[in-house]
Amino acid sequence: MMRRWPTFLPIGVFAVLVCFFAWRLVLITRGDAPNLIPSVMIDKPAPAFDLPPLVLDRPGATGAALTGKVTLINFFSSWCIPCRAEHPLLIDLMNRSEIKGRLVLMGIDYKDKPEDGRGWLNRLSNPYEVIGMDRDGRVGIDFGVYGVPESYLIDRQGRIRYKQVGPFTPEDIQGKLLPLLAELSK
Amino acid sequence: MIPELGQFALIIALFVTLVQSVVPLVGAVRGDRAWMEVARPAALAQFALMATAFGALMSCYVTSDFSVLNVVQNSHTDKPMLYKISGVWGNHEGSMLLWVLILSIYGMAVSVFGGNLPPGLRARALSVQAMIAFGFLLFILLTSNPFTRVDPAPLNGDGLNPLLQDPGLAFHPPFLYLGYVGFSMAFSFAIAALMEGRVDAAWARWVRPWTLVAWCALTLGIAMGSWWAYYTLGWGGWWYWDPVENASFMPWLSGTALLHSSIVVEKRDTLKAWTILLAIVTFSLSLLGTFLVRSGVLTSVHSFAADPARGVFVLALLVVVTGGSLILFAVRGPSLKGGGLFTPLSREGALLLNNVLMSTAAGTVLLGTLYPLFADALDLGKVSVGPPFFNAVFIPLMVPMAVTMAVAPLLSWKRGDLAGVFGRLKLGIVATVVVVVATWLLKGGDAGPLWAAFGLGLATWLFVGAVMEWADRVRLFRVPFSETLERLVRLPRSAYGMTLAHAGVAVVIAGITGSAAWTVEKIQVMHPGDVVTVSGYDLRLDGTEDGIVGPNYMALRAHFSVTRDGKPVTDLYPEKRMYRQPPRPTTDAAIHTNFIGDLYAVIGDADGTGGYVTRLYFNPLVPWIFIGAVIMVIGGLVSLTDRRYRVGAPLRTARASVAKGRV
Repeated sequence: MMRRWPTFLPIGVFAVLVCFFAWRLVLITRGDAPNLIPSVMIDKPAPAFDLPPLVLDRPGATGAALTGKVTLINFFSSWCIPCRAEHPLLIDLMNRSEIKGRLVLMGIDYKDKPEDGRGWLNRLSNPYEVIGMDRDGRVGIDFGVYGVPESYLIDRQGRIRYKQVGPFTPEDIQGKLLPLLAELSK
Repeated sequence: MIPELGQFALIIALFVTLVQSVVPLVGAVRGDRAWMEVARPAALAQFALMATAFGALMSCYVTSDFSVLNVVQNSHTDKPMLYKISGVWGNHEGSMLLWVLILSIYGMAVSVFGGNLPPGLRARALSVQAMIAFGFLLFILLTSNPFTRVDPAPLNGDGLNPLLQDPGLAFHPPFLYLGYVGFSMAFSFAIAALMEGRVDAAWARWVRPWTLVAWCALTLGIAMGSWWAYYTLGWGGWWYWDPVENASFMPWLSGTALLHSSIVVEKRDTLKAWTILLAIVTFSLSLLGTFLVRSGVLTSVHSFAADPARGVFVLALLVVVTGGSLILFAVRGPSLKGGGLFTPLSREGALLLNNVLMSTAAGTVLLGTLYPLFADALDLGKVSVGPPFFNAVFIPLMVPMAVTMAVAPLLSWKRGDLAGVFGRLKLGIVATVVVVVATWLLKGGDAGPLWAAFGLGLATWLFVGAVMEWADRVRLFRVPFSETLERLVRLPRSAYGMTLAHAGVAVVIAGITGSAAWTVEKIQVMHPGDVVTVSGYDLRLDGTEDGIVGPNYMALRAHFSVTRDGKPVTDLYPEKRMYRQPPRPTTDAAIHTNFIGDLYAVIGDADGTGGYVTRLYFNPLVPWIFIGAVIMVIGGLVSLTDRRYRVGAPLRTARASVAKGRV
C-alpha cells in the first residue's frame, strides 16, 4: 500500500530549514549583521550637500569639506536614545592620540529642532569639528540613512568607504573603524 | 503588588501546564479515567491564571505604572486610553502573554464543550496543548518577562510607535493570534490522533469547527493589517509581501487547505495522513512566523526588537514542537489508511487539487521569504526578494485555483461528470465571456491591459459559479417557489457558508485585479488654489492649516474640495502628523470611497514657497478586497453555526459509551 519513505520527507525538509536558521542565529550572536543588505553607496562618491551650522563656533557641514581629509560623518538626533549611548564612544575616539589630526568628525543633526540639538551638545559636550543641521532629513535621504545613529567613513577622495548602521560599539571601533582608518590615512 | 501578582500567576500557570502535560497523557496510556480527567480542571485553572496575569499587565498599562519596564518602554500618559490598552500587546512581551492567554482560552473551550469527545482523545489533545503552553510560559519567564520592575521609576514612558496608534491596528494582533493559536487545536488533535493511531469522521468533525474559528480570525486579522497598511502608510498599496505579512499568510494558505481536506476526511474517510500533516504544518508555520518576527533572522519593516537569545529559544521550541510532531508523523503516518477510493474527476479529486495548489502556494511564499537567507548561506550573494517574484509565481497558482473553485462544489463525490457540471455552469460561462469582452472593449482603448479583463472574468466565473451552485441546490426557478423556500430552510448552514466564502474570494480577486490594473497616481507640488484632475475628479487644494493639536501629536492638515463635472463630491482632509513621544512623523491619508473605488489623498512636505507635495490616487475596486475578506469571514461564521457541529458526532460517542461500559 503506502510506502514508508514519503512520511519521512517533511521531517527531512524541516531539518534542513532548522540548519539554516541555526547558522543565521550563530552569525547574529557573533555580532555580524548578515541580514543587512550592504549599502549601495559603498565606494561611491558621497552625495553633495551644504548644511547650515548648528552651533555658532563650528562651521556647517558641506560636501566640499570632505576632500583631502578622512572624515567620519555621524548622523545623530537629540531624541535618539542609541545616539546618547554612542556619544561617549565618539568623544573617546576623538581623544585617542593616534586619531588626533587624522580624522575629521562631522556631525549631522538629523530631523531635530536646532535648540534641542544645541542643548543636547551643551549637556553632553561636543566632539564634532564641523556640524550641520538637516532639519527635514533631505541629506539623510541622499545618503540612504534609515535611522539614527548612522555613520559613514569618507576617504580623502570623498568616497564612502564604510557604513555603520546603528550605534558604534567599542568592538566596532576597535575591529572595523580603526583598521580601516589606518589603511586610509597611509 | 499587581505586577508581582501577575508574575506569580505566570509561575503557577507554568506548573499547572506541567501537570496538565504529563498526568492526562499517562492516564490515557494506562487507560485510567481519573488521571485523564485531570486535564479538564487543569485547563480551566490555566485559563484563570493566564487571565489574571494578562489582567495584571493590562492594569499596569491603564494606570500607567511606570515602575514596570514594559510599561515605560511602550506607554505614555498622553496616550489615549484605547492605545494604552492596545499597547499591552503592541510589544514583544505583552504579545507573548496574549498568545498564551488565547491558547488557554482554546484549552478551556475543549474542557467545557468537549463533553462528547472520547476521553482518551480529549486527554491527549489537552495534554499536547499544555505542552505548547509550557514551552511558551518558560519562554516568557526566562527571556521576556513583562513584569520586570525598574527602580527608580521614570516620570513618564517612551510611548508607543505612532504607526501602531491606530484603531485598525489596535485589534489586528489579537485577531491574528486568535488565528495562529487557533490552529494549535487542529495540531493538538492531530498529535492525539497519531498517538491513538486513529483518524475518523468523528475526529474530523471535531477538528473542523476549531480550524474554521482560527481561519475566520486569521482572515479578519490579515484583512485588518492590510487595510491599516493601505490607509496609514500613505502609498496607496495594501500588500507588500513583507516577511511579516508572509508569516501570517503562510498559515492562512495551509489552514485553508486543512479546512478543505478535513471535509474529505469527514465525508469520505480518506486523505487522512495528508490532513494530519496539514494540521501539523499549519501550526508549525504559525510558530515559524513567531520565530522569524522575533529572532532577527529576517529584516522587516514591522518586526519586534530582535534578540538572538529569544531567537535561540523560539528555534528550540520550534524544533521540539514541529520536529517532534513530524517524527511522530513519519513513524505513525503510514498506519493511517484511507478508506474511500475516488477518480481524479470527483469532488475529492478537486479538493485534492485545491490542497496541492494551496500547499504549493504556501511553499512558494516560504521559499520567497527565506530565499535571501538561503542565498546568503550558500554564498550566492545578498539578495532581497520582492513583489515581482511573488506576483510571478503566485498568480499562476491562483488562476487554476479560482477556475476549479467554481467547478468543484458541483462535482459529485467519488466520480464526477465534468460535462454535466459545465452544462449547469452555462450561465457562468456566458457571464464570464461577457465581462471579459466588455472590460476589454471599455478599457482596451486607454492601455487597459488584457490580463485585467481576464482577472475580472475569473472573478465573474467564480462568483456566478458559487451562486449557481447554491441556486442548483435549492432548485431555484425549476420547481415551485414554495419548494425552493423549503429547500432554502433545509439547506445546511455549511452550504451557505461555502457559497459566501467562495463569493468573497471572487470579490477579492476583482478588487486585486482592479487595483493592479487601473490605479491612477499623481504626484506633484500644489499651491493653495491649484486643481489636479484624477480619474474625472477635480481636487482643489483650498488651503492648509498648521499646528492642529491632537491628544499626543501636532498635525498639518490640508483641505481638498473634490468636484466631478462641477458638482461637489466631498472634502478631503489628509494630515501629516508629528507625534511627541516618540517624535516621529506619520501620514494620515484621506480616503473617499464610493465602494467601487477610493479617492485617496496624502499631503507631503512643504517646498518652501508655500506649496506642498501632494500624492493623489484613484484606487479602483480596492474596497472590494476588504469587503470580499469580510464576506469570507461571514461565510466561515455561518458555516460554524451548522447543525452537525452542535449535535456532535453520534457515531464516536456511541462507541465511547460502549467503552465506558466496559470500564
